Formats: sequence, structure tokens, C-alpha cells
Amino acid sequence: MSDDVPFRILPRISDRNRHFWTGGAEGELRFLRCQDDGTYVHPPTPRCPKCHGKNLAVEAVSGRATVHTFSINVQQWMPGPEPPYVVAIVELPEQEGLRLTTNIVNCPPDDVRIGMPVEVVFERHDDGDETVYLPLFAPAP
Amino acid sequence: MAVVDPIERRTVISGAGQSEIGRRLYRDPLDLTLDACMAAIEDAGLTTDQIDGIATYPGPMDTPAGFSGAGLVEVQDALRLEVGWYTGGIELPGQLGSVIDACMAVAAGLATHVLCFRSVYEGSAQGKQGRSAVMPGGGGGGSFRAGGFMQWNLPFAAPSATTWIAMFAQRHFYEFGTTREQLAQIALNARKNAGVNPNAIYRDPMTIDDYFDARMISSPLCLFDCDVPCDGGTAVIVSHADTVADLRKPPINVEAVGTALYGRPSWDQFDDLTTMACRDAAAQMWTRTDIQPSDVQLAEMYDGFSFITMSWLEAMRFCGKGESGPFVEGGQRIARDGELALNTNGGQLSAGRLHGYGFLHEACVQLWGEAGDRQVPGDPEVGVAAAGGGPLAGCLLLTNRR
Repeated sequence: MSDDVPFRILPRISDRNRHFWTGGAEGELRFLRCQDDGTYVHPPTPRCPKCHGKNLAVEAVSGRATVHTFSINVQQWMPGPEPPYVVAIVELPEQEGLRLTTNIVNCPPDDVRIGMPVEVVFERHDDGDETVYLPLFAPAP
Repeated sequence: MAVVDPIERRTVISGAGQSEIGRRLYRDPLDLTLDACMAAIEDAGLTTDQIDGIATYPGPMDTPAGFSGAGLVEVQDALRLEVGWYTGGIELPGQLGSVIDACMAVAAGLATHVLCFRSVYEGSAQGKQGRSAVMPGGGGGGSFRAGGFMQWNLPFAAPSATTWIAMFAQRHFYEFGTTREQLAQIALNARKNAGVNPNAIYRDPMTIDDYFDARMISSPLCLFDCDVPCDGGTAVIVSHADTVADLRKPPINVEAVGTALYGRPSWDQFDDLTTMACRDAAAQMWTRTDIQPSDVQLAEMYDGFSFITMSWLEAMRFCGKGESGPFVEGGQRIARDGELALNTNGGQLSAGRLHGYGFLHEACVQLWGEAGDRQVPGDPEVGVAAAGGGPLAGCLLLTNRR
């Protein structure tokens, strides 16, 4: 971890969520996807929420998204990124309503807008035996 | 869709009580809880021997510190209650889901008089350290890892519901042109009402300039859009309507309840981030009564953050979708002498974060005509009590009509 990576509370990795939190190793944002009806499943569950089948496989998405809503967080709640920082909910083009809570980085907070196109950048954290890659988003070029 | 037999109408609120309430009391939280419970039992004209049911939210919890003043077992055992039915938990339609459960249990004949309670000591638990003292993971470091739904926000330094609700507000601002000036009316109205509530935490007058001078917490929510942690307990008694003759005072009728959640139970996957679970709970409530939104004179609706009340205003159809901003503009309409008296005790924003139950308590006190200096004029007959924000919501429609 380089010096400019802030402290983060990391997710507890399990067989169910490992694909999501480690896909950044290959630069991929990954979700479970139903191989029968194409539904992306988030948060990950053992069955497709639409057809309730178990024929799920991990697939990468484009990594593109748009800012659905956001907040410029000013309060320091805990050790972490230096406020002000932007917490956002981004929506992925692959499926209506497929959203992630994340941070918008590489952008002055006051420049963030709803509807802004963004793309994933991964922040690496070594955590014991696991290496976790947090999917953050930056303005799309 | 008309409901043929809304069984909640077989139940009444027969008593309500509160403990001492303060910013930081440093008192035993079980002591506060029992004070509230005994006050409610006495208010109903009952004795502990007659209480045969007990319900609470959220049940015993060590973290976040101060969030739960007592669990069901502690209270049941302390009062040596012999119960035909009991429940305590957090996966409910909001804090008042526990009261609604009690109504269902009474209507079903499992109990006759249910003690419902909720207590907090978040003020004392935070102490001089402030909010960071009660954040998940103990403020960072160590081996804490986020699981469950918290894994989707804690790694992004978004541990607080302030930020989650702020994002709902921001989307509402974007889609409907809602402004901070409009949002401020929720906080200003609460402070004005708290000024005539001797039990409120913050009673000094607040101006719109004070609001805009306050520090931002998570845009667009500033300090005064956030409720104030406190210590205190609230209790109500749900009784069977057939027991009215045994009660000390005329009861409050439970006309209808709402518990629905049709959207996804999630802070970020919910289908429409300009509204919340309150949309579904309130819509369901209106299918269970002939009373109309325009009949309601009194609205005691959750304000853990000011925007949540705006969301409830729309969910309850007191105004159209997206129209809560213009509805509250200027503040006259929601004042105690306005067409819809809102959060008449100062809400959680100024009277203290009693976490849901305070709204039901205030609705009952107003419908009993016992609110003293803050009594809504005109002898209100119909009120709503609503609690919960984000993917949690439950509500009750109450009347004092004979």
C-alpha cells in the first residue's frame, strides 16, 4: 500500500463476495450474472433474484457508470480519507438500478454533478492473505 | 384495494410515558427505561399485574453504544411481567413496527395490554468524544472488517446515515428543484415547537441565518438537519378496545397501520432514491381506512434528518410527489397553528433523538389535549405517527373520535 492510500475499513471477504472485492487485481469490476436470463446480481446471493435459478457466473462489466447522486462529506467520522470527500451512488449502464456506493476521486468535490460519466479505478489494500481492491470512480476521460 | 377487516381497529393506545430526557444524563439506561414504562402503565390506569405483553425495538445491542437502553428480557424481568406474548428486534417496519406488532398480537388475542418501549443513551455514550466514539469499528484500526450491508458503505468512509440520507436529498434537489431554504423549514419549525416544550433539548430560537451559518456535515445536510443524540426512554401501552371501561382516560384509537416495503430493502438499490420505504408504508396505511390525508390535523413524522420528514410528507400524500419543498416553504403551513401541525414537540431535531417512539408519544399527548403550551389549537381529532428512514418505515393513523 502506498503512502497516499488512506486508511479504510475493509470488507470481510467470503466465498460469496470475493469476486467483487478482488477483481481489481485484473482491473475488472465483477458481478455475479445469471447465465439464463442475464440478470446482474448485487449484492451477491446464491440465486438469481429474477428467475431464482442457481446458474450464476462471475462476469466483468465495462467499469463505466454515471453519478446517480452524491454527497460532499465534510465530517470526519473515523480515520480515512481527508474531508471533504465525495460519497456517491453510481449507476452502471449494464442494468437499470445496478448501483454502487463509492467515492468519486481524481476530481475536486465541487465539480461533481449528478449525471456525470465516471469510470472505475481500483484502490489496493493488502489485508493478511487477501488483497482487496476497492472500486472507486473517477471522471471518465 | 380496500381492506375488509383492518384488525388494528380492535386496539387502542391507552397510556404513554417518558423518563427524564437530557443531552447527557449519565444515568443507568435501564433506570430510564423503567421510568418510562412505569409512567405509561400508570398513565393508562393499569398495574404491572395487568400487563401481559411486551414489545420493543431494537432489542439489546452493545453497539453502536447507547443505541439500545434496555432489551426486552431486562425489562420483563425487572417488572416480573407474566406475558402471553412478547417480541423485541430490529428487523421491523421501523421503530414503530414494534408497536404495530403489539396491535396485531392484541387483536389476535395473545395479549390484552402490551407494554411497548424504546430507550436510548446515545448522548452519554458519545460523551466528550462526540460521534467518533460510537462509529462502527470503534473508529478504525484493529481487526474489524465490515460484513453484511455495511460492507457496501464502510469501506468508502460512509459509516453515517447522514451521508446516506444526504444522497437521497441531493437526488430530490436534482429532480424537483428542492432547496436548502425549503429543507431548513423542517429544522426551524422543530426548534420553534421545542421552544414551548419544557422537555426539549434545544429550546433557544433559531433563525434561517443560524441554519445557513451551521457547519456542513454531508452536503446538502448541515448540522441542524441532523437530530440530537440524547438519553431517555419512551413507552406506550397498546390495549384491546374491549378494555376501555377499565382505563383511566379515553383511549386513542388505532385507525390504521402501514408496514409495507415493496422496494428493495437497501440504502442504495432502492428503486427511487427521491423517496424511501415510507412511500410503501404510508400507501398501505391509506388502503386500510376511509379517512383521507386532508382529514389529518397532526403529523408527527420522523426527522432523524430533516429530509426524511420531507419524504414522509409526500409519502402520506399531504402534498404531491416532489412537492414537499414548496409545501413547507415559509413554514406557516406546518406550524402548530397551520393546516398541518408538524412535529409539535420539536421532533428529534430539537427535542432529542428518542428514536421513533417520541413521535407516537407526542401524537397521543396532543390527541389527549395534554400538550400544555404546545397544544395544537382546535382540538385535533386525527393524527399520524410515522417513524423510520431509508429502507425502514412504519406508521399509524390515530384518532380520538368516540
